[in-house]
Amino acid sequence: MNRSAILDEAARLRAELDDDFRDGIVESLYTEASRITSTTLSRRESPARTTWDKLLDRALTHRVWGFVVMGALLFGVFWFTIAGAAAPSGLLSTLLVEHGHGWLTRLVAPLHVPEWLTGLLVDGVYLSTAWVVAVMLPPMAIFFPLFTILEDFGYLPRVAFNLDRLFARSGAHGKQALSMMMGYGCNAAGVTSTRIIDSRRERLIAIITNNFSICNGRWPVLILMGTVFLGKLVPPAFAGVVAAGSVVTVAFLGVLVTLLVSWGLSKTVLRGETSVYSLELPPYRPPRIWRTLYTSLIDRTLKVLRRAVTMAAPAGAAIWLISNVTIAEASLAGHLAALLAPLGWLMGLNGLILLAYVVAIPANEIIVPTILMLTLTLGPDLLGADSGVLLELGTAETRTVLVQAGGWTLLTAVNLMLFSLLHNPCGTTILTIWHETRSLKWTTVATLLPVGLGIVVTSLTAAVARSAGWV
Amino acid sequence: MSTTLDRLHRGQTATVTALELEGAERRRLMDMGLLVGTTVSVDRVSPLGDPTAYRVRDGLLVLRRGQAHLVHVDLPEGDPT
Amino acid sequence: MTAADSSSNTSPACGDCVLNNASNLRKLGVDPAGHDIVTAVAGNPNTGKSTVFNALTGLRRHVGNWSGKTVDRAEGSFEYRRRRYKLVDLPGTYSLLSTSHDEDIARDFLLFGRPDVTVVVVDATRLERNLNLVLQILQITDRVVCALNLVDEAERNGLTVDSRHLTRELGVPVVPMTARRGTGMTELLEAVEQVTSGAITTRGKRVQHRDNRVEQAVSRLAERIEGKFPGVVNTRWIALRLLEGDPSVERAVADGTLGELSTAAVIAASSDGNTT
Ligand SMILES: Nc1nc2c(ncn2[C@@H]2O[C@H](COP(=O)(O)OP(=O)(O)OP(=O)(O)O)[C@@H](O)[C@H]2O)c(=O)[nH]1
Ligand SMILES: [Mg+2]
Repeated sequence: MNRSAILDEAARLRAELDDDFRDGIVESLYTEASRITSTTLSRRESPARTTWDKLLDRALTHRVWGFVVMGALLFGVFWFTIAGAAAPSGLLSTLLVEHGHGWLTRLVAPLHVPEWLTGLLVDGVYLSTAWVVAVMLPPMAIFFPLFTILEDFGYLPRVAFNLDRLFARSGAHGKQALSMMMGYGCNAAGVTSTRIIDSRRERLIAIITNNFSICNGRWPVLILMGTVFLGKLVPPAFAGVVAAGSVVTVAFLGVLVTLLVSWGLSKTVLRGETSVYSLELPPYRPPRIWRTLYTSLIDRTLKVLRRAVTMAAPAGAAIWLISNVTIAEASLAGHLAALLAPLGWLMGLNGLILLAYVVAIPANEIIVPTILMLTLTLGPDLLGADSGVLLELGTAETRTVLVQAGGWTLLTAVNLMLFSLLHNPCGTTILTIWHETRSLKWTTVATLLPVGLGIVVTSLTAAVARSAGWV
Repeated sequence: MSTTLDRLHRGQTATVTALELEGAERRRLMDMGLLVGTTVSVDRVSPLGDPTAYRVRDGLLVLRRGQAHLVHVDLPEGDPT
Repeated sequence: MTAADSSSNTSPACGDCVLNNASNLRKLGVDPAGHDIVTAVAGNPNTGKSTVFNALTGLRRHVGNWSGKTVDRAEGSFEYRRRRYKLVDLPGTYSLLSTSHDEDIARDFLLFGRPDVTVVVVDATRLERNLNLVLQILQITDRVVCALNLVDEAERNGLTVDSRHLTRELGVPVVPMTARRGTGMTELLEAVEQVTSGAITTRGKRVQHRDNRVEQAVSRLAERIEGKFPGVVNTRWIALRLLEGDPSVERAVADGTLGELSTAAVIAASSDGNTT
C-alpha cells in the first residue's frame, strides 16, 4: 500500500462519517469535562468574578476613562523612564566614557602599541561600547520593570480590547495590538510574539508593521532630539516633559502608521477575510513588584551588555575605521557621506545621518554615538577632538556640535525623529522576520517598506518646511 | 426567544443553539468552550462599541460583532431585550 | 498503589519527606549534562506554566498575565531525589487540534517529542475548559500529572476543587498548588517522581467518541499508518487529522516526511546533549 492510498482510504472513511463528526468529538470532550467539573467543583454563593475585577474593568475599559488612563499610563511610563534615566546615564557616561577612556589611554600609553591599534580598540571599540551601555542601560532598566508590572497586572489585553475596533477597520487581527506592545520593548520579540495570530495573512501584516512600534533602541535618539532641540523651545523646567512628550508623540504616530499600513496591506497585497478573533481577558492579578523589578533588571542588564559587546563593539571598530582610513585626501566616511548627501538633503537630514543609519543596521542603539562621532570627525575642527573619538558631551555641547559642526536645524531634528520611526528594522529583527516567515519576499518587504515610507515622509516635511521658509 | 449573540445587551444570559461559523473559526471557538448548549452572558462592550467580552465557562472571551452574529442563541422567555 | 490514593498527600511510606523534600530539589538552570527524564509542561494559556518552570529550574523565563506570553519552547533542568529531569516549558494551547504557530509547537512536542511525563498545568478557576485539554492529552498518554494551579485565586472567587475526587475521575495524580507562592511544588515533584519511577500506575480517563463509526474509522486508518510508517507514535491522532482533512498532515503523508517524525522528534527531545 503506498502513501496516497492512505489518503484515499481517509477520504473514503470520511465520506462515511457525518459532516460534523469533528463537532461530535469536541462535544464528547466537553460533555465529559462538564460532568467532571460538576462533581468536583463547588461554588460558594458569591459572584463568579470579584467586584474588584469588575470595578477595574469598568474604569480601564470605560468610554472616556479607558482612553484617558491609557494615555496617562503611556506618558507616565515614558516620562518616568526619561526623567529617571538622566542621572544614572550621566553618571555612567562620566565613569565609563570620560574616566574610563582616559584611564585606558594612560594604561596603554607605556606599552608602545601602534597608534592605529589603540585608536581602533580604545577610541573605536571601547568608546562605542561604553557609550551604548551608558545611554541604553538606565532607560531599559527603568522601562522594562514598569512595562512588566503592567503586563503582570493584566493590562495589555485590555488595551487590545479597547483599540480593537481600529485594528478591525484596518483589516488586522485583534491580537496585533499585543504584538505591537511587545515591540516597544524590542521589535525582534514583537515579531516572534505574532505567533499567537492564527492566519498567515494577518500574521504577515503584524510582522511588517511591528517596526512602527518604537523599540527601546530608538529611544536615545528621540530623547536626545527632544531635549536638545525641542526642549530648548520651552523654559528649562518643562524640558523633561517636552522630551517625554516628543517620544510619546512619535509612539502615537507609530500607532497611526501601523493602522494605516495595515489597512493599505489588507486592501492590496494581503487581501482576505479577517479570521477569528479569540482574545481572552484574564483576571487582574496583583503584580509581584519586587520579583518583577529584580528579574527584569537582571534580564535587561544582561541583554544590554550582550548587545553592547556583540553589536556596538564591532560597529565602533567600523566607525573608527571609516573615519580614519583616508582615500584621496578624505576619509572613507567623508566619501560615503558625500555620496549620501543629496538624498540626505532631500530628506531634510544630511549624508552623515544616513551613513550613521547604514553603520547602525546591526543595532539601532548606536545611532546617537555614531552620529555624534561622525559629526565631530567630519565637521570643522571645533572642539579639537581626534577623528572618531567621542567624549562626554552635555546637552549644551551636543547642541553646539550638531548646530555648528553639523549645521543642524530644527527641521533636521524633527525629521530625524520621524526617520527613527520610519526606517528599516535592525539586523536582529530582520533575521527574526526571516526566521518567522521563511520568505525572502516578505522579509524584503518588511525591511524596505518602512525605509521607503521614511524617505517619502521626511522629503515631504522637508519640502513643506523649505517652501514655507521655516528653514 | 431565538436571536443572535450580537443582539444581546449587557448582563443578558442566553444559551447557544447553533454556530454558523465554518472551518478553523468554528474549531477555534469550540475549543475555547463555545458549543451548542453553552451558557453565555454579556460581560462588557469595548469602549469603541465593538468587540464585546462574553462570559463563557468562567472565562472572558472577546468576540467581534461579525462573529457574534453567527452564533445563534436562545434567550429565556420574559427576559426583556 | 494507584494514582487515586497518592494524590494530595504523597506516598504514606514517606510521611516526613514532604518536610525534607525542599532539600531534595536542586535547581540546575540550563544544564548541558545528560538527563534521565524528559518532562513537558503543558496546559491552557496563562495558567502558570512558565511560573512552574521557573520555580523548578531556577531560570527566569518571562511570565505575564495574558494568553500567549510564551511562544517558544524552552528547556531547563533540575535534580530531585538524585534523578535528573529535563523540564520543557511549552506555549499554552487550548486544544491539540488548534492551528496557530505557538500552539503547533506545544502540540508537536506533546505528540512526537516523546516526553517521559507531561505535567498539565490547570487553571482551577476555569476548570471545565482546562479539562477539555487534559482529556485530550489523556487520549494520547497515561503518563500525566495534573498541576491544579491558581488555587489561591479560586478560593478568592469562592471556588473549591475536590482534588482527590478529580484524581479519581482523571486516573492521574492531581496536585493542588499556588505556583506563584511556591506552595504544592514538593507534592508536584513527588507525583512526577512516582509516575516516572513506576511507583504508581496511572490509568488515564479515555473519552469515547459518541459516534462509534468515528472510533472505527480512526482505528482502521491508524493501523494503515502504522503499517506504512513503522515507529511513528500517536497514529490515532494522525488518523483523526487525516479524517478531518488537515492539509499539513496530508502533505506529510504524501511526501513521506511523516516517517521522519519518529526520528526527528527523538533528536529534538534530546537536543541538548542527552546521550542515553
Ligand atoms: N494568583 C496566582 N497567580 C499566578 C499563579 N501562578 C501564576 N500566576 C500568574 O499568572 C500569570 C501567568 O503566568 P505564566 O507562568 O506566564 O503562565 P503561562 O501558562 O506560562 O502562560 P502562557 O505562556 O501565556 O501560556 C502571571 O501573571 C503569573 O504571575 C498562582 O498560583 N496564583
Ligand atoms: Mg508561559
